[in-house]
Formats: sequence, structure tokens, C-alpha cells
Amino acid sequence: MSTHAGGYSADPRIRRIEWLPWIVALAAFFLLPEYLSLGARILIYMLYALSLDLIVGYAGIITLGHSAYFGLGAYVAGILAAKAAIADPMVQLAAAAAAGALLGLTTGAIILRTRALTLLMLTLAITSVLLEIANKASSLTGGADGLSGVVIAPILGLFRFDIYGKTAYLYCLVVLLIGWWLVRKIIYSPFGTSLTGVRENSLRMHAIGAPVYWRLVLVYTLSATIAGVAGGLITQTNQFVGLNVLSFESAGELLVMLILGGVGRIYGAFVGPVVYLIAQDLLAKQFPEYWYFGIGTMLVLVVMFARGGILGILDGLIARLRRKA
Amino acid sequence: MSAALETHALCKAFGALTVADRIDFRLEPGARHALIGPNGAGKTTFVNMLTGVLPPSSGKIVLGGEDITALGQAKRVKRGLGRTFQINALFRRLSVLDNVALAVAERRGVAPKMLRAASAHAEVCSEGMELLATLGLADDSGQRILDLPYGKQRLVEIAIALGLRPRVLLLDEPAAGVPSLESHRILEVLDRLPKDIAILIIEHDMDLVFRFAQRITVLVQGEVLVEGTPDEIGKDRRVHQVYLGEQRHG
Repeated sequence: MSTHAGGYSADPRIRRIEWLPWIVALAAFFLLPEYLSLGARILIYMLYALSLDLIVGYAGIITLGHSAYFGLGAYVAGILAAKAAIADPMVQLAAAAAAGALLGLTTGAIILRTRALTLLMLTLAITSVLLEIANKASSLTGGADGLSGVVIAPILGLFRFDIYGKTAYLYCLVVLLIGWWLVRKIIYSPFGTSLTGVRENSLRMHAIGAPVYWRLVLVYTLSATIAGVAGGLITQTNQFVGLNVLSFESAGELLVMLILGGVGRIYGAFVGPVVYLIAQDLLAKQFPEYWYFGIGTMLVLVVMFARGGILGILDGLIARLRRKA
Repeated sequence: MSAALETHALCKAFGALTVADRIDFRLEPGARHALIGPNGAGKTTFVNMLTGVLPPSSGKIVLGGEDITALGQAKRVKRGLGRTFQINALFRRLSVLDNVALAVAERRGVAPKMLRAASAHAEVCSEGMELLATLGLADDSGQRILDLPYGKQRLVEIAIALGLRPRVLLLDEPAAGVPSLESHRILEVLDRLPKDIAILIIEHDMDLVFRFAQRITVLVQGEVLVEGTPDEIGKDRRVHQVYLGEQRHG
């Protein structure tokens, strides 16, 4: 986070460039109608990556288990729709958020007492435990076959999910907009600034009297809530839930997206999923067996030559141009 | 009148190794007190016990008449105990003002808030700026710590602690790593610190200690060897033997 002349952390005013993702998203809706399903998936992963950026990029909590909250949200929305006949998408989403928050609070309160590798392993353990529960509780979750029969009522009783994915796309866009607004609000707030302080120097934060542990638990819970919402959205747009939402691969894939885009920059969470999912879509069509090779190469290049991700490269280029000018 | 800070028979042992042995210490309100001792004397362990980083094996720590032995770091800070670090513990990628503002925001109870932007809390920024002005750092407020000369970084260390408005301030080697030509600036700042703050300084620079402190405690192998005025310490043969060599001060 940069600082501005007025002081006390970053300037909260929305810059013109920040409207760009929303303009592009709306333009894509009108110009690329045949890709709206992929578009909705990208928007969901943006929200999911945003939730991860909040803890990894701003609070410095390293995790490989964020899929636990995403997957729980997905299953809660799916079970409500398929087993409890609760078809209202708003209710499903609220339940997915609440489930994510509850799991985030309880697990965060335990694991955030640890650090570094121990913390990393515990995050992995949580998502593995949840995966196994989902696998075994097949009467509720469908087990390895997945949960089908997910019924979604029209949004607010007005907008029915259509086969072209138009409603789903706009619905995801609106939820992402709310999520982005929330995350942005948090990051620029005194609370967010104190998180940056924890990331930069937790020793000093303790020494200035900050309840570091509770701050981390709170941001972890907020992040898990947003991940739960993203999970709910994936269920609603796919009308199906599979075990993959809880997998280690899902959590790892998300981290890769965030690193590609740029960690701790908000918009890295936007760029990463776009690049990753489009590359995945294109590469999988061209090289069905070797598409991961392309993703892997991209990640290696970013990690070796652009530690700030794609946005880091752009920042560097802009700075170089300004120096020349 | 109760002491600003006192310890009673404070001990710390790591297994068979005792690094603090029944330390009785008293810091008067508004005092300028120095803690000195050779390397390995247990000075940093003592400070870490005072601030709550390390739990003592036994003994009691009393701050302003209140037993704080069982309290965590954050609660001790809220009760008025501030510290600086021997090795800079700053927020290196944040600006000088942000470094101080983080402390001010914590003290004012602003830090947990989420509804308004941090920069909208003008009272935090203005207090931070006032503090920087008193330390001669106002012109550097927008600079990142990374881009700041080391001597000024040491001043930011002190500024952060002052942002907490402590009743007791523990300064762990404030001039550590600062070239001797610049250490006078640190001393100037120390001399100007509010008189109502009780200050305990841990320092190796004997010139600075003898110019700043009104009382000195000498710690050797985890025990208090002697305590007295700079003049008394300067004349004490035991201190000369274990710590000062044949140098004469005061």
C-alpha cells in the first residue's frame, strides 16, 4: 500500500483507473455473449481471490486451505437448494456467508496461534478434513458423485437464471462489486492499516499495544465469509457441487492466480483469475493433455522475473516511462 | 509515592541457566535511569520481562502500583508502558508519519475501526505530525522508512513509542549503530522528552549514559551489582572491574 501526502496510509479516493475493470466487465457482457459462463466463473474466482488477498496480501497470513471456506459455502448453498428446498438465491448466499464466517472464526481462532509452516500445514489439514467429511456424508453431499438437483429460484423473484448465462454473469458482477467495495473499505480503514502493520512488523504491533491475534482472527473470519459467498455463487451458477471445490488443488490454484496477478494489490485478484482461467481455457482446447505445462511455465516466469505479479510488471513499466518522460 | 515501575525478586531461568536472579528494581516517576552491564548481563531479558515478551520464572512486576506480572504485552502498553528496540522494529515500507500514526491510532482506540478511511481520522494524522515536529522529523513525514538515513530511523523508533504517550518508557540502546557524530542528536531528543515520563535507558554508549541518567543500575550475570548516581557508579571499583575497565566518567 502506498502512502499519500495527506498522511496516515493510502488515499482512499477511487482513482479513474479503478473503474476500468468494471467497464471491461460490462463491455464483455455485451461484446462476448458466448463466453458469459466462463465470464461468470472468472468473476467468482475474482471474489474468491479477493478474499485470499485480504489475508495473504494485507495481513500476511499464508494459507493453502482457503478452499475449506469456499467449499463449505458451495455445499451449504447446494444442500439448501437440493435437500432443504430453499431455492431463494439470496438466502442461499447469506447461509453460505454465515457458514464461511463460522468456520473461519472457529478454525482461525485455533490456527492463528501458530505461524509459518505449522500454520500452512494446519490450513491444509482443515480443508483435507472437510473434503473427507463431504466425501463420506454422501447422503447429504452426494459424495464423489457430487450434489445435483440444485434448484435456484429467480433472483429477488424477478431474474431467472437463463441458459446463456446472462443473469448469472450480472448477478456475479453485482456480488463482486459489493465484495470489492467491502474489501476496499477494510483495506483503507484504520483496521486495514493495522493489518499492514502486522504484515510489516508484528513484533512492533505487539509493542504498540495492538491485539494482533484478535485482529488476525477477525480478518480471517471476514475473508472466510467472502470465500463462502464465492462458494455459494459457484454452486448457483453451476447448479452442481463436486468434491473439487474443497480440494487442495482448488486452494493451490487460487494462490497461483493471486501470485500471477500480484499479491496485496486488490486488483491482482482481478487480473490473476482472468489470465489464469482464460489461459486454462485456451490451452486446454489446444493441448488437452499438457495445458498445465503452460500454466506452470507462466508461474515460473512470474516468480523468477516478476515478484509483484502482472500488476508488478505494469507498475515497473509505468515507473520507467515516467522516468523517461 | 508509588514507583512508576518496580520489580520484586524478578527471576528468569532457561533450564539450568539463570539469566535474571532476584532483581529488585525501582523506577521513580519522571526518573532518568540507566541500566548498564556487560554483554550477557541480562539487560534485554529484563526489558523483555518488563514488557511482557518473556514471562518471568518468579517474582513480581508493578506498574504505577498495579501488579502487571500476568498481563500480556498489549495490556501493559495500554497501562502506559512503552518501549523502543535495540534493532529497529519499524514498518519499513510505510511512511514515517504512518509509522507514528499506527501507534497513535492504537492509543486513541481508532485502530479497530472499519467504517471510515484511516486518512479521514485527521486527529491521528495531526497528532502524529506534531510529534514528528518535536523530534525534527516533520520534513521526512512522507518518506518511507526504507529511504530514511539510519540516524533518523532511530528517532522514528522513539517517535512511535512517544505516540503511545507512555508513563514509563524503556529505551533499548537508542543510539545503537548511530555514528558518534550523530548520537548527540539522539541525546538532544532524549533531553527534550517530557519530564513526566519515567525513562529507563539501556545503553552501551557510556558518554550518553553518564550525560543523560540521574541514576544508574549495573547488572552483572543477571544480578544487580550496584545502583547509584552517575558519580557513585563512576567511582565504584567493582563497576570498574567488571564493566568500565579503567575508564573514568562523571
